[in-house]
Amino acid sequence: MLITCPYCGPRDVIEFTYQGDGNRQRPQPASQNLDAWNAYVYDRLNPAGDHNEIWQHSGGCRAHLRVVRNTITHEILSTEFARGGHKTESRS
Amino acid sequence: MAEYSAFSLLKNALTGNKDWKPAWRKPDPKASYDVIVIGGGGHGLSTAYYLAKEHGITNVAVLEKGWLGSGNVGRNTTAVRSNYLLPQNTRFYEHSMKLWENLSHDLNYNVMFSQRGCLNLAHTPAQLDDYARRGNAMRHLGVDAELMSVDQIKRLVPALDVSGSARFPVVGGLMQRRAGSARHDAVAWGYARGADRRGVDIIENCEVTGFLRDGDRVTGVSTTRGEIRAKKVALAVAGSTGRVMQLAGISHMPIESHVLQAFVSESLKPIIDTILTFGMGHFYISQSDKGGLVYGGDLDGYNSYAQRGSLPIVDEVMSEMLALFPGLARVRMLRSWGGLCDMTMDGSPIITTGPLPGMYLNCGWCYGGFKATPASGWCFAYTIAKDEPHDFNAPFTLDRFYRGLIIDDKGQGATPRLH
Repeated sequence: MLITCPYCGPRDVIEFTYQGDGNRQRPQPASQNLDAWNAYVYDRLNPAGDHNEIWQHSGGCRAHLRVVRNTITHEILSTEFARGGHKTESRS
Repeated sequence: MAEYSAFSLLKNALTGNKDWKPAWRKPDPKASYDVIVIGGGGHGLSTAYYLAKEHGITNVAVLEKGWLGSGNVGRNTTAVRSNYLLPQNTRFYEHSMKLWENLSHDLNYNVMFSQRGCLNLAHTPAQLDDYARRGNAMRHLGVDAELMSVDQIKRLVPALDVSGSARFPVVGGLMQRRAGSARHDAVAWGYARGADRRGVDIIENCEVTGFLRDGDRVTGVSTTRGEIRAKKVALAVAGSTGRVMQLAGISHMPIESHVLQAFVSESLKPIIDTILTFGMGHFYISQSDKGGLVYGGDLDGYNSYAQRGSLPIVDEVMSEMLALFPGLARVRMLRSWGGLCDMTMDGSPIITTGPLPGMYLNCGWCYGGFKATPASGWCFAYTIAKDEPHDFNAPFTLDRFYRGLIIDDKGQGATPRLH
């Protein structure tokens, strides 16, 4: 499996560290909404098909990447900088 | 009289083996059942078997999307053990071990259960201390465990490099002598035949495509072979749990599906007569009765439904094998394959009622489902029949993650690929 890092170009998967489901919403640190924290820590979408996930190019430029990958074919559909890692809920 | 006996073997041998009847029928699905079990793997089949045998519920269908035994029950590395640290796991897996010890007799089907032991190698004094702690925890609950010295290990597995110049020198190990292996296909076939003879319909090539609902309540399934109604619908679909739950409208679960590879070498003369696990990586090896070395390692490490793995893990597993057995460097690998592991957030399974009314859930087996096959079916059948869990599976709820009651044997946290 090759992942195309926006800095480094196509690189072998062994250079990357998998950081899992990129759909998760991290509550604000002071949030006392236990359901939101539980969902962030434990719930996963786990689709059979296109999966939005976070990878780090830990054996290269160390950038965090948001990758859309098909979990049935392992085809990589898009790669971009993650910009903020896991999504964070907006302050309100 | 038992269907398989010395007498029946002799009689059929003399008549040209023409009179054996198929081990299970190929029925068409009926319009409705008391219980539908989705998934014709080891756990689904043993659930149906124990529903019929222990609870007298025989109006049961097992729905399998492919052919019987095409999933993980035919893809595992056949290790059976109960060497866990936490009491919830120890009690459950020890119950499984006791069922294994009588399984061939119970099923009248030789599952070739061979209690050849399972030895976890320690490579540092701290790791050996940790194994001593685990061994004590096991013995405290009546499970056998034995700390072994390097000399004992050397006598047990002469081919193992236990020298001080090994890449990771061995300093000792934890042995469970009652652990062992079994013939995985025979387990599927034996349970299938046992369930079939008690009236269970095993329906192959029947994929569930949706759930029939009455409000929240699940009242049946739609399949590639038509709609089938049932009072109770039980899921035992392992790596496909996320996919099937999404059909029921439940999009998120505390589960990720990962692919785990396994390998078998060409046949060798007997060289390893136990199950051996490496302590400085993820690697385990045993030798089948045919002589092939059966071994595996870590997950590929990312979500996958592909049932096939990638080359970096092949390379890693081979390196780990050679770190333990330099003498196997020229042995050729015969086959490799992948299976889907439904990795939970704490590494322990889920056997529970719900989460919807009329639904029952059995999943989260990570890479350890094979050894659990008898107890999983036994506990799941109890849970389905009585609408409440048995003591053995009461801790394995779905909501334990949200109530602070996780059962994390490895202490790894909510990163499924590390369990």
